[in-house]
Amino acid sequence: MKLNTQEQAMLDGDGQPGADARQKAMHLLLRYGEALGAERLVDTNNVAGTAGSSSTFIRDFYAKEGVATRDQLFSRFDLDSDDAVDEIQTARTFTCHLQTRIDPAHAEMMGVPGDVLDFHKESQGHSASLGVQLLNTCTPYANGNVQVKGEHCAWMESSAVVYCNSVLGARTNTEGRESTAAAMLTGKIPYWGFHLDENRLGQHQIDVEVEMDSVMDWGMLGYFTGDAVEEEIPVLTGIEGPASLIRHKHFGAAAASSGGVEMYHVVGATPEAGSIEQAFGTNRPVQILKYGAIERRRTYETINGNGHSTDVDYIMLGCPHYSIEQIWEASKLLDGKRVHENCALWIFTAAAVKDVADRNGYTKIIEDAGGVMMTDTCSAMSAALPRGTRVAATDSAKQTHYLPAITDVEAWFGSAADCVEAAITGKWKGEAP
Amino acid sequence: MARRRRLSKGNGMSNSVITLKGRTVVGGVAEGEALVTAETISGWGGIDSMTGTIVESRHELVGQSFKDKVLVFPGAKGSSGWSAAFHTARLAGTAPKAVIFNDMTTKVALGVVVMRTPAVTELDQDPLKIIETGDWVKVDGDAGTVEITKAGKA
Repeated sequence: MKLNTQEQAMLDGDGQPGADARQKAMHLLLRYGEALGAERLVDTNNVAGTAGSSSTFIRDFYAKEGVATRDQLFSRFDLDSDDAVDEIQTARTFTCHLQTRIDPAHAEMMGVPGDVLDFHKESQGHSASLGVQLLNTCTPYANGNVQVKGEHCAWMESSAVVYCNSVLGARTNTEGRESTAAAMLTGKIPYWGFHLDENRLGQHQIDVEVEMDSVMDWGMLGYFTGDAVEEEIPVLTGIEGPASLIRHKHFGAAAASSGGVEMYHVVGATPEAGSIEQAFGTNRPVQILKYGAIERRRTYETINGNGHSTDVDYIMLGCPHYSIEQIWEASKLLDGKRVHENCALWIFTAAAVKDVADRNGYTKIIEDAGGVMMTDTCSAMSAALPRGTRVAATDSAKQTHYLPAITDVEAWFGSAADCVEAAITGKWKGEAP
Repeated sequence: MARRRRLSKGNGMSNSVITLKGRTVVGGVAEGEALVTAETISGWGGIDSMTGTIVESRHELVGQSFKDKVLVFPGAKGSSGWSAAFHTARLAGTAPKAVIFNDMTTKVALGVVVMRTPAVTELDQDPLKIIETGDWVKVDGDAGTVEITKAGKA
């Protein structure tokens, strides 16, 4: 991989404050770029990652090797460095923190031990000291970090990556914890994959032959799409009119879970798909698939393959983190109602969105009904569910996909209205479309 | 509904060691028993780093461990926590001994870099068709080569 003068100086040690850490970061980017087969790096000023966060397992592992400070821990794990760096300088690059494992305001309810909470708070303090913006959400694009078309980014979080590439037309690969840490310190990321025009063209065509009228419809289509194209780029045809942020959010999250979709085109709607010709460019479709009523039905059954008992203990909303519009909708469905005594309702969002929900009175409506408004995390990230949960339900195909693997519960998928109804009655009554 | 590539059965080759040539992803040399899957693997949410076990409920390898195996798979899928999950597996001592994969992505590239196990890709024949679970496989990450001794035929 070719480095320019500035990059080579960082690799050699540029003598400026924080040079040691930048050197480690550049070394990691070099190993990573060469593994990819990238020819060079590209400048970025937009990083979304988990810089500063750590787990007690990782802390304890490195403690045995003499790591005593947060900066040292960051260099050993996040920068995968052979030896510890004593001082990490503040980020050179605009960097935000994605979702975490803990909602500090509900730590006890989540079953988080006191020492783990203390460690988490210390982690967040370390992130802030590095200049990382503590958005603590999987939806930075709905919380003040909205990329522009063509912007080179280094983002983690598969549901955010697919939104960034597909809906906003910005450019990022699915980065990881270590590459975002290195990008934060250097302002560089390998120029590979979705940063290049030719890798953004469609590969598979999916002709949508059913109406796409709801968030649930988009979640199912996303799950079908990921399963069908795995990590490649689908082009969706036959969809009338532009879809909302929420619909794209649920589609992308599902497609990135059942497969590895990092970019998609909706003909006539997304920024690089003004026409089917533009979406495919020089590519020809590898396959043309139909998504009709039969495929939709089969997808619904696949997503719900881990749901058996209709006695539901736990309703989870907010994967990806609920937008203020979704919280508004949930509060209307819950207004004056009561969550069933055998059931818990947890709604997850970003702290900034919850602040608006507090001001608008939605938090009070939801809490008066017996629901809980949580921030910073979700059940899959934290592996925290209400005590004794055996059967969960959610309006997210992504969460339905992950929860049984992570927490060994049954999981149902349906609409937000299905979920709120189940929260009130304790019974799952969702039906296939 | 999925476009799943099927696990291949034996290819009839006997006795001799089969050598495949590809490209270095991570250097180093390691050998071990192959664990082969035709399905892509999720990292975070798809594996238990502490035990090195596949936990994705719909995966054909669910419940199986890749610890100390040579993991042969098409590529990575799912969460961007892929690298951190396999990085953590390295610390927990549950990482594979070596890795062979077909489809290059940022998830798998970063994951194998921080896992620091010898890794190769772009082999001259599809490893998913040549290697079967139980075969003895030597991965030379420096040379970008793979040597396969078929199980029960050595």
